Amino acid sequence: MLFKVFPLCLAVPGRVVEIDGEVAQVDFGGIRKEASLALVAKMGIKVGDYVLVHTGYAITKVDEKEAEEILATWREVVGAEEGGAP
Amino acid sequence: MSAGGKSILSPFRDRALVERVAREVRGASNGEACRIMHVCGTHEWAITHAGLREMLPEGVEVVAGPGCPVCVTPGGEIDAMADLACGGAAVTTFGDVVRVPGRKTSLAEAKADGGDVRVVYGMADAIRMARREPGKGFVHFSIGFETTAPMAAIEVGRGLPANMSVFSTHKLIPPAMEFLLRAGIEVDGFICPGHVSTIIGADAYRGLAEGYGKPMVVAGFEPLDVMLGVLEIVRQKRAGIATVSNMYGRAVSQRGNELAVEAMEMVFERADAEWRGIGRIPGSGLRLRREYAGSDAAVRFGIGEVPADGMPAGCGCGDVLLGRIRPEGCALFGRSCRPESPVGPCMVSLEGTCSIAYKYRDKMQ
Repeated sequence: MLFKVFPLCLAVPGRVVEIDGEVAQVDFGGIRKEASLALVAKMGIKVGDYVLVHTGYAITKVDEKEAEEILATWREVVGAEEGGAP
Repeated sequence: MSAGGKSILSPFRDRALVERVAREVRGASNGEACRIMHVCGTHEWAITHAGLREMLPEGVEVVAGPGCPVCVTPGGEIDAMADLACGGAAVTTFGDVVRVPGRKTSLAEAKADGGDVRVVYGMADAIRMARREPGKGFVHFSIGFETTAPMAAIEVGRGLPANMSVFSTHKLIPPAMEFLLRAGIEVDGFICPGHVSTIIGADAYRGLAEGYGKPMVVAGFEPLDVMLGVLEIVRQKRAGIATVSNMYGRAVSQRGNELAVEAMEMVFERADAEWRGIGRIPGSGLRLRREYAGSDAAVRFGIGEVPADGMPAGCGCGDVLLGRIRPEGCALFGRSCRPESPVGPCMVSLEGTCSIAYKYRDKMQ
């Protein structure tokens, strides 16, 4: 589902697997690419964190808890319907 | 979270869940019309690719605004870069812009004529090239909204190689939204661009929500993200409220990436900017501050303001960019204007509404 040429506003999430100074190796579903941490220097990025990478620069750390929360809310709605709750 | 396979994002692509939220939209709209605009090429791609428009109830409409930076880049700037590439400099830029026609030529044509045009993935690549070839002059044609401006800012702030400069045609999204609202565009709320918001923060839209009484909802790029954004706008409209709502908390904070914003403010100043097919938008452009004149290609090569320009004859890109028509409403769409033989920039850029509509035309009725 990824574009061959990256559109300018699409940032892609990947997992940090290695950090060497300001440069991280980021795993995008099996493809490893280098990303600069210059723009997230104050976010305390660690190995294992997910980051959004855009044109070779990480632009933020991805907050997995936030993702889970929004899903949990909707699963509850759907679950309530399927369970036949009033 | 991985790009493919099982990931935390998979449920955000779960069709049943998205359809459930679409039913919620139907209930919330209660038959009332609601016209929603997004201003991001990636949102347009997500909406079209997932067929979200077809899931919406009648009357609830999502239209694309000027969310494609390549599409709104003035033709005169493309010509100026082509001239530099043919005049001995190496021009680096993103692949998406190379085929876009300027007023006289495109960078692809300049390259075919022997010009030195090089596609890069990002600013760091361009810097590496310039370091490898210190005897050659490099100009980075720096395009994009708030998602790409911070990279140019941080690198210019740190100092570019002496043989390199930047031509900034960076543009800002909130001034463009305000321009559309002032012009009285028919819209009930905005889906705010996800990754622009990662940089500037959700708070950046507060003035627009309050000043113009329109819901401003930040949304991500998975089908569920977009549908939740639509639902939030429909709900706010029905409730008669207009606030900023951040539905993309996993990547967007209230204040954004402050380091990136500081870098942009340090290196750039705001200027009025020409948006191709739309016109001059006050305070919507970023040019390098005088302190960075040594890194500014506009200063080094004396590139002045370019004239306002429209789209090629018969091309409806201008109306498409303002959400006045869908691509199918343009007489050229799919006939003389196709991705392999594009007439206007909206068919060239991967983020262009027309190229997206053409690619996924089978999905649409």
